[in-house]
Amino acid sequence: MKPIIPILLIFGLSVGAQAQRIVVGSKKFTESYVLGEIAKTTLQNAGFAAEVRQGMGGTIILWQALQGGEITLYPEYTGTIDEEILKTKQPLSTDQMGALLRQRGVGMTGELGFNNTYALVMRRDRAAKLGIGKISDLRNHPDLSLGLTHEFLDRQDGWTPLSARYGLQMRNVRGIDHALGYAALANGSIDLKDAYSTDARIAENNLVVLDDDLHFFPQYKAVFLYRLDMDRRAVAALETLVGTIDEARMTRLNSEAERTKNYALAAALYFGQKPVSPSNDLIRNIERWTLRHLELVGASLFLGIIAGIPLGIRASRPGPVSNFILATSGVIQTIPSLALLALLVPLPFFGISPVTAIFALFLYSLLPIVRNTATGLQDIPTAVRESAAALGLEPRAQLWKVFLPLASRTILAGVKTSAIINVGTATLAALIGVGGLGEPIISGLNLNDYSTILQGAIPAALLALLVQFFFDGLDRVFVPKGLRLKQ
Amino acid sequence: MIKLSSVSKKFGTTVALHETNLDVSAGKATVLIGPSGCGKSTILRLIIGLLEPTSGTIEIDGDRVTPTNILPLRRRIGYVIQEGGLFAHLTARKNILLMAKHLKQPAERMETRLHELCELTHFPEDGLLRYPVELSGGQRQRVSLMRALMLQPSVLLLDEPLGALDPMVRARLQDELKEIFKRLQQTIVMVTHDMAEAGFFADCIVLLNEGRIVQSGTLDDLRTRPATEFVREFLRAQRAVEAI
Repeated sequence: MKPIIPILLIFGLSVGAQAQRIVVGSKKFTESYVLGEIAKTTLQNAGFAAEVRQGMGGTIILWQALQGGEITLYPEYTGTIDEEILKTKQPLSTDQMGALLRQRGVGMTGELGFNNTYALVMRRDRAAKLGIGKISDLRNHPDLSLGLTHEFLDRQDGWTPLSARYGLQMRNVRGIDHALGYAALANGSIDLKDAYSTDARIAENNLVVLDDDLHFFPQYKAVFLYRLDMDRRAVAALETLVGTIDEARMTRLNSEAERTKNYALAAALYFGQKPVSPSNDLIRNIERWTLRHLELVGASLFLGIIAGIPLGIRASRPGPVSNFILATSGVIQTIPSLALLALLVPLPFFGISPVTAIFALFLYSLLPIVRNTATGLQDIPTAVRESAAALGLEPRAQLWKVFLPLASRTILAGVKTSAIINVGTATLAALIGVGGLGEPIISGLNLNDYSTILQGAIPAALLALLVQFFFDGLDRVFVPKGLRLKQ
Repeated sequence: MIKLSSVSKKFGTTVALHETNLDVSAGKATVLIGPSGCGKSTILRLIIGLLEPTSGTIEIDGDRVTPTNILPLRRRIGYVIQEGGLFAHLTARKNILLMAKHLKQPAERMETRLHELCELTHFPEDGLLRYPVELSGGQRQRVSLMRALMLQPSVLLLDEPLGALDPMVRARLQDELKEIFKRLQQTIVMVTHDMAEAGFFADCIVLLNEGRIVQSGTLDDLRTRPATEFVREFLRAQRAVEAI
């Protein structure tokens, strides 16, 4: 009888484990991808069904996704938890932090080992020439050009308090994407940028980290945040990672990920395994991305037409309601897509799902459709309008039989504009981990790897052309022949 | 047939038509004439309900024009405007049949009527499949007239129907239109700014100026017994080529 019990136990364990599907989130930079893959492998080795959602937008989006249950865990840094999530005024001990997080239904593992704090970096040759070694040296060089990430510019432990603490009066500060910033440093268009201290590119690009001589930057110890409803055994598995990754090791893993352009491979290195080469079938990937992309564009455009044409009809009549409709759809267009996604994710029903991306794209597709419908109808000459009324047609029949067909070309042009804009904008769906052709573009941008970017960008451009041709064809179906003839 | 009682129309503070009484007799052609902005088109648009009067009442065949009965009333009135007002997305045939089809008239009856109308307006039947852009100005006006007559209206309103045509086509169409009017024996109200055209068509000419009726009567009445200096001047301004 004895050997049966462990077998039953193992059996029971694996059945129990499979009941919970674990989704690991990661932020959109190399280290977060790698840590996500390491967590996934660890959980899989412990018998859980785990998957990774790569490259989600930023701290807020991941935190919301964790609270909403779209993801089960993700790697985070103590400094970020302190400053951006709990927003406490004074630094907290690990225990205090854990207690505050628990109140919000979130658990925190022990520290993984390394401290990935913010750092200011410059090219080694440039720093040597100017004699800059520490951040306070910058006081004497107010004309240096700084290219800082948008997150760093806005953070409570970011640029503004840093320059206040050091008394810096830099004149040229602008926001630039993290990955692009390295290229800008290399070609000399900026002198200085922010970086993470474990960033592999510091060594690769021969950069120096400026000494934080006033100890401004808080500690950024890596931990995993997880939902308290996550299986106890999964928590135990994660805790085995605690204290196993020091700075040198993390830097090496990051560097490996960037060299091979493969995060799973870098994660495998952590486990000392020969990595199983993941299916890297480019054609199938592009097919999968493109299909998802078409889904997003198609669904959002469909909704855009269904809602946009009636709104446009209403907006073609003069009055305050029309002004409101046109102004609102115009204002929506000015909201940056990442901001719109960040606003939608915390709302009930949305979260990290294709629905959110489709809804955002739907909002963006409204303006061209609404405006063109309204303009197309307003441009119908008074003589034609009055003739339709004078015949004795009811207003509804006037609209369907006369006005809409006459405006069809303009309306269709609006739909076409929306479709093409949506093909481009849908790449941003990857920011909330929904996939589409934005997936290779964003990960390529992070890896500074043009061929990966092109894997997404070329199909997206071709898709835009295809959409254009498709709608040119639709002109023949939807625009009556009498309107296509030349005088 | 058509009776305007104390009808006026204001746009904001601008008076387009002062209080006006007008009786249009059945089976006669009444022509409204006057300089631009005199209110002649306004009267036509009030009759067909494109404008609502500021005061007063309008009756057609004893029925008062109100927003609730305007649809059936419009179907008893034909309306032709200067540029034709044809729907560019429909062929000539579909323009003409649009309303009859909307009212689900039997196909056979529509075909018979269409055939009659082509014959009446001298419009070639093979032109029916053309789109408005493929037709000449004169042909477009014929189609517009056919569309107005399709439902056999009891009243025909024409707002400068020949105004946009070149003089030769215009002269020919005037002859044809007069012939058509004679055959229809219908109540007709036509707007023009050309006194010769008015004299050519009218059983009764109504001369307007600055939103008021100045004089109404036959061309002869206006010529021999002008009510005011304006009437005399208006007639003099429209001198014929032979008189120069």
